[in-house]
Amino acid sequence: MRPSIGILMPCLLLAVFAVGAQARDNWPTPPGSEGAPAQVSGPLQGGTADHAKFDELRGPFEDGRAVTRACLGCHTETGQHFMQNIHWTWSYVDPETGQQLGKRHLINNFCTNSRGNEGMCAQCHAGYGWKDEDFDFSDETRIDCLVCHETTGNYYKTPNSAGSPACSVMFEGKPPIDLAAAAQSVGLPQRANCGACHFNGGGGDNVKHGDLSTALKAPPRTLDVHMGEDGLNFACTACHVTDKHVWAGSRYRIVARDTEGTGKPGQRTDVATCESCHGLSPHPVDSLASFKLNDHVQSIACQTCHIPEFARGGVATVVDWDWRTAGKTRDGEGYHEEGYIQGNGGHRYTYKSIKGNFTYAEKLVPAYDWFDGQMHYTTIDTRFDPAAESIEINGFEGSRADPASRIWPFKRMHTWQPYDKGNGTLVYTHLWGEDDAAYWGNYDMAAAIEKGMADFGLDYSGDYGFIETISWWPITHMVAPKEQALGCGDCHTPQNSRLASVEGVYMPGRDRNRWLDIIGTLIVAGTLAGIIIHGLVRFFSPKSEHHA
Amino acid sequence: MTLQRVKIFSRFERFWHWSQMLLIVVLLVTGFGLHGFHDIFTFEQAVTLHTAAAMVLLFLWLFATFWLFTTRSWRHFIPSLSGMWGVLRFYSFGIFKGERHPYRKAYWRKHNPLQALAYLMLKIVLFPAIWITGLIYLFYFAWRDIPDAAQWLHLVALIHTGAAFAILTFVLVHVYMLTTGHSFREHLMPMITGFDEVDLTPEEEAYLRKDQPQDIR
Repeated sequence: MRPSIGILMPCLLLAVFAVGAQARDNWPTPPGSEGAPAQVSGPLQGGTADHAKFDELRGPFEDGRAVTRACLGCHTETGQHFMQNIHWTWSYVDPETGQQLGKRHLINNFCTNSRGNEGMCAQCHAGYGWKDEDFDFSDETRIDCLVCHETTGNYYKTPNSAGSPACSVMFEGKPPIDLAAAAQSVGLPQRANCGACHFNGGGGDNVKHGDLSTALKAPPRTLDVHMGEDGLNFACTACHVTDKHVWAGSRYRIVARDTEGTGKPGQRTDVATCESCHGLSPHPVDSLASFKLNDHVQSIACQTCHIPEFARGGVATVVDWDWRTAGKTRDGEGYHEEGYIQGNGGHRYTYKSIKGNFTYAEKLVPAYDWFDGQMHYTTIDTRFDPAAESIEINGFEGSRADPASRIWPFKRMHTWQPYDKGNGTLVYTHLWGEDDAAYWGNYDMAAAIEKGMADFGLDYSGDYGFIETISWWPITHMVAPKEQALGCGDCHTPQNSRLASVEGVYMPGRDRNRWLDIIGTLIVAGTLAGIIIHGLVRFFSPKSEHHA
Repeated sequence: MTLQRVKIFSRFERFWHWSQMLLIVVLLVTGFGLHGFHDIFTFEQAVTLHTAAAMVLLFLWLFATFWLFTTRSWRHFIPSLSGMWGVLRFYSFGIFKGERHPYRKAYWRKHNPLQALAYLMLKIVLFPAIWITGLIYLFYFAWRDIPDAAQWLHLVALIHTGAAFAILTFVLVHVYMLTTGHSFREHLMPMITGFDEVDLTPEEEAYLRKDQPQDIR
């Protein structure tokens, strides 16, 4: 009886402890398989048609639009579906704020604005020929089906207008595209299709997002546990599920806290949240720590712990851009300088006459804050104090008290960019064009802004300056395998907590009451001192009349 | 009245005391680790150990409380001022002069008045303060959506930590007290063997000799 109780207790303790501290580095993640299987692209699998056998796609095709006409010949409704999505409209009105968003209108703190520069920027419009305001958004034959669906990898796009000779030289000498081969190769979009634009946002590889780079074309599972070729090999559309050519998971409409989870039996097809597959209690409850982790789901976005760093995989992202230094020339010609070698050995430009200076970073620890999913943009229509120290391109809110908010990771992008000093607005800069005002080729910022604003009838004081701007990019890709996720101690620690700056919560380990600690320590130390003094006095006291 | 060696700590009492000691040490070490005072354990290990030890201790206390009331042993902890002055005077002065401790254990009164008061305060103030706040803390997931939950958690953490400092202080004094009076060993042995010298009335002695001979030597 006695030994059994004595043994039971330590065993109980040990058992609970052992489960909690189970080695993290041999957790089962999806097993690697021999050779890369096909990319998993969401529900549409096991096609019943081989496009290579279609007479309509035999070619030859005189141009991309001819291919589109062939596609629409069978896919009769797709054109109308497609023309609703933002890949086509580049326009989105936020239903909450009423703000007019979309690439067509917004100003960012990278190349600033596509408006007026469509001849260049609309290379990434999923259509053919958008170079100015005359583009016909109701002509479905202008849809570019191939850029998303062809799988030969030889398809590419060039600017829709010539631009300055100083720039157009970059696009000369490309091999001709075999449109028939491309048309016959169509399938569900692969990572390389989406990545052709989304990996190169901001004017180069991973420049904009930080968590979307060409490293994701063929990533190992350590870079992205879902997309890893040696793991699940997800294509983008495995998560960005599609309904009538409209995709879930737009940055303009973020679900910061999904309270529905997987929903009814069968896969949800309306969101790209982690919870839509992993549910609302994603950690298997095999230990106390897992139970607590499931509790954290209420306040912490999955991404916060599961993407410990972004811009991994050897491709750097731009974290700082300085337009003030743009426009320097050598012998009247623009130039560029290489000054950064990234993880995969690639050289990156740290200065370009057409854009200014860039600062790169890799393996970045995100910034963290409460986020309710709602961005508030500084648009071309927003007036601000021209003397403001800095402007948030997309500010956001959130708090512990708001049930829609969670703590999210962000890339912080800092830029010095031109603005209207007189009116306190951002400006449309005319960068691309064949005329004398286009900044790229002429390097005259005053003229470029003058024309950029005048072309759209916008109020411009004529006095431009440079202002510091911040943009916030929610980090959601490059999800690491779970054994590389953050541990409790990365946040619950008095020093260097990941969440050191996050307010509105009491975090054991991070937070303390300074006075309680001081008083408590003094009392304990005082007691020890008292004991020592008491003991010393006893030790040196006469030990007379020792008791029996 | 004669001094006799009598079993005053039953097997359960001794088991209770030592497992409680072990658990409180684990709780103090892991708790101050969680608080950020040291990093002997990772946060995850400390949370796991701390919670497990707390659960086991609460379970133990449930039994101990049951035991105290069913065996009427709770009466040992009734506070009394009688003899208090003598004990206080002893620890303040007499102890330095080599005087004898003024208190004699009685069969139904095994703690001196100061001890009884200290243990009572521990049982009805400090321990409840720490286990009630501990449970509230642990069940944060269940009340996290009430208004100002984070501020309430802060208050709960404050009380919990404060009580921990107080218990640590108690432990230090408690252990030091073992060195007073007789020897450290003589204070320790009763809690191991169960037997200590107790002033017995002739009636108590007669009763024990007849009905519980194994409890008296």
